[in-house]
Amino acid sequence: MGGRPAAAAPAAIELRGISKAFGAVQANRDINLTVPKGTIHGIIGENGAGKSTLMSILYGFYKPDAGEILVGGRAITIADSQTAIRAGIGMVFQHFKLVQNFTVLENVILGVEDGALLRPSLSKARGVLKQLAADYQLSVDPDETVENLSVGHQQRVEILKALYRQADILILDEPTGVLTPAEADHLFRILEGLKAEGKTIILITHKLREIMEITDNVSVMRRGEMVASVKTSETSPEQLAELMVGRKVLLNVDKTPARPQAPVLEVRDLTMRDAEGVERLRGISLDIRAGEILGIAGVSGNGQTQLLEILGGYPEKGAKVGGDVRMNGAPLPLSGSGCDAGQRRRDGVGHIPEDRQVEGLIMDFTAWENVAFGWHDAPEFNKGWLMDNDAIRRDAQAKMERFDVRPRDCHLAARNFSGGNQQKIVVAREIERNPDLLLIGQPTRGVDIGAIEFIHKQIVALRDAGKAILLVSVELDEILALSDRVAVMFDGRIMGERLPGQTTTGELGLLMAGITDTDHTPAEAGIPPEVAHDLPQGRA
Amino acid sequence: MNIRESLIAILVLGICVFWALADGAAAQQGIGSALRLMTPLLLACLAGLYSERAGVFDIGLEGKMLMAAFTAASVAYITGSAWLGLAAGIGGSLALSLIHGLASITFMGNQLISGVAINFLASGLTVLIGQNAFGLGGRTPALTGDGRFGPITLPGAEAVADVPLLGPIYSGLISGQTILVYVAFAMVPITWWVLYRTRFGLRLRAVGENPASVDTAGISVTRLRYTAVAIAGILCGIAGAYLATGLSAGFVKEMTAGRGFIALAALIFAKWRPWQALFATFLFGLLEAIANLYPNLDLGIVVVPSMFMNALPYILTVIILAGFVGRAIPPRAGGEPYVKER
Repeated sequence: MGGRPAAAAPAAIELRGISKAFGAVQANRDINLTVPKGTIHGIIGENGAGKSTLMSILYGFYKPDAGEILVGGRAITIADSQTAIRAGIGMVFQHFKLVQNFTVLENVILGVEDGALLRPSLSKARGVLKQLAADYQLSVDPDETVENLSVGHQQRVEILKALYRQADILILDEPTGVLTPAEADHLFRILEGLKAEGKTIILITHKLREIMEITDNVSVMRRGEMVASVKTSETSPEQLAELMVGRKVLLNVDKTPARPQAPVLEVRDLTMRDAEGVERLRGISLDIRAGEILGIAGVSGNGQTQLLEILGGYPEKGAKVGGDVRMNGAPLPLSGSGCDAGQRRRDGVGHIPEDRQVEGLIMDFTAWENVAFGWHDAPEFNKGWLMDNDAIRRDAQAKMERFDVRPRDCHLAARNFSGGNQQKIVVAREIERNPDLLLIGQPTRGVDIGAIEFIHKQIVALRDAGKAILLVSVELDEILALSDRVAVMFDGRIMGERLPGQTTTGELGLLMAGITDTDHTPAEAGIPPEVAHDLPQGRA
Repeated sequence: MNIRESLIAILVLGICVFWALADGAAAQQGIGSALRLMTPLLLACLAGLYSERAGVFDIGLEGKMLMAAFTAASVAYITGSAWLGLAAGIGGSLALSLIHGLASITFMGNQLISGVAINFLASGLTVLIGQNAFGLGGRTPALTGDGRFGPITLPGAEAVADVPLLGPIYSGLISGQTILVYVAFAMVPITWWVLYRTRFGLRLRAVGENPASVDTAGISVTRLRYTAVAIAGILCGIAGAYLATGLSAGFVKEMTAGRGFIALAALIFAKWRPWQALFATFLFGLLEAIANLYPNLDLGIVVVPSMFMNALPYILTVIILAGFVGRAIPPRAGGEPYVKER
């Protein structure tokens, strides 16, 4: 690490002693990094390790407190994004920086128009885009409005933006977080094509598999420092994971085989049409028994959210829900007065929602207030007509202790905790109420490895206590590690059910794309609904 | 333009045609008055359009217009020049725009609060300074001669005055307005062109939808938003100057009478688009003109009282704001100061 550039060819990017502090927090400390030209370089680290700060410095968002940046062997000061762009650095952010109601062309030329009038720039960009599409498998309809594009295509627009600005160095921040496995594969082919053309690519990710699959070199960051830079071929996922957290991590969850008992949740032919009349669920049937975890795999947006919301008691406004759902044998109302989240809680349904910042927490409220939500009318939290805030605070403090929420200060607003600790607050609130059925959506999205491990252990412990768990996650690794059975959702249907030990990510990936083993065409390419209903509902 | 908008447009134009057929002279007078009354609304509406399309909500249109009306009337009275008055009007409005820009862009304050403060500030300052300077209870002395913008007769207006149809429309309606009316109407195609055909317009729309996209493209969000707020200030300045030195002859306390808010309603009605803004403000102008022309509208069966007629523009505003015109989606980044994220 921190090597001088080879005399022959200067490195595409070299960082020397970069430091950056935000107040008392040292986000980057004495970072050295050398990225040779024409390579794919992975940067890996936990949330808050300082990867994004480092890249923001490279893209001119922040000025480093100390250190030197060399691009192509030449020391430069990157004062703003314009300088970075001129130096040939392009950035694809995790959250796309696209104008949703602009066309692809308008987004591409924004900021690099050729003159005061748009027309010449637009026609020039149209030609360049065509060329780029042919060169790098980056085809996107230039006249389509961005909000009508799939996430994968929006990402292509971001890459096209960078290439249109003649970027030689492309930085991608967590690019596969929102992609299907097939889209991710396509992205990797694009990146390999770019590398073949001599472009340099920096890939920021927390997915070890991607690092192993596509990078030439990998650097590991931990708590603001660059702790290692190695050739990918000379390392292993286990070693990288250890470097990231500074200790050995169990990538596989340690659990005993499930001992399922009586069914807790029985869902029969659940359908849902949203307010616009779009069919979101097309006949979902599933059972979850006490003492088992049913994992629902699938690309987000295939009805998982709707399923969780209906089971959680708050279907989307104006939605029409049909079918039969029973909990411990008694029917759960799917609409009307009995269908509300409060009643569900009293019926023994816990819910860790998919988006903790929107549904799980009120970000500006304190941790103790958040811990009381949903249970604010519980007798132990009330004294007559008034809330017993002291009791709530004591309870919150105890929960934070047991779930190792840091900092252990229940007076802090939820916003001021890191993603992992926010999630621990939600998990603590739901699990500690000992629900018969726990609904979990994306339990570890945006959560660092240490917290993931902890949350996974809690989920397994709840299962072992004989509770039923429905786990929805877009992370296949997570589904495979936790679930006792895996169901795959696609387009509002269960495409099939598998046992985690007897399937592969490849097989699940095909199901997630709507392809069953009996039929190798995607369902969206034309399996009529009546046929799809007859698809095998699992061989398990 | 969708079906609902087209239907409303056809309805309103139908009423105009029906009116013209029923009573030609009255219609000419009424529609002419509507054009004059809609001018400040149109200018303020376009002012709001620039500002809000750039992501800065502007509830202070009213205050800026009022300040502009006052400074324009005062300077026009002192110098005797409507043009110097116009410059002063723009200056007064720009000063308030700068305050709004400072509060909402530089200091990332709440844009609604800043706008409300500007309205109060203008309402108080105009009367205070007016009373101190002229001692007329907040009014400015009446303007005469070159202190006002007079009507302009367009070339050929007299020649075609007697031609049927063309005569009344060209000579009676289009010709004979003050220069600021023509400026207001010319601003509509200009705004459309700037917004959709120029680099500046592209960036302006982008910064109101997703400022991060502009920032990462290496363009200053702050500079763009200040420019937009300044354009809003200039347009409000023209609107206010027209109120005091074109439509009337001097400044009267609270003379904007809620026009800034009606312009905001029209902006929502128009869904932040320039041609629709022209139409929306015409509708308001027409209602106001009808109320002026027929204080007690006799519909044969009932006589509509004048209070109701005068309240019509405000009733329409309430209806529009209640969302009866379909979903109006404001620019996505509207109202939010831009904070660079990590």
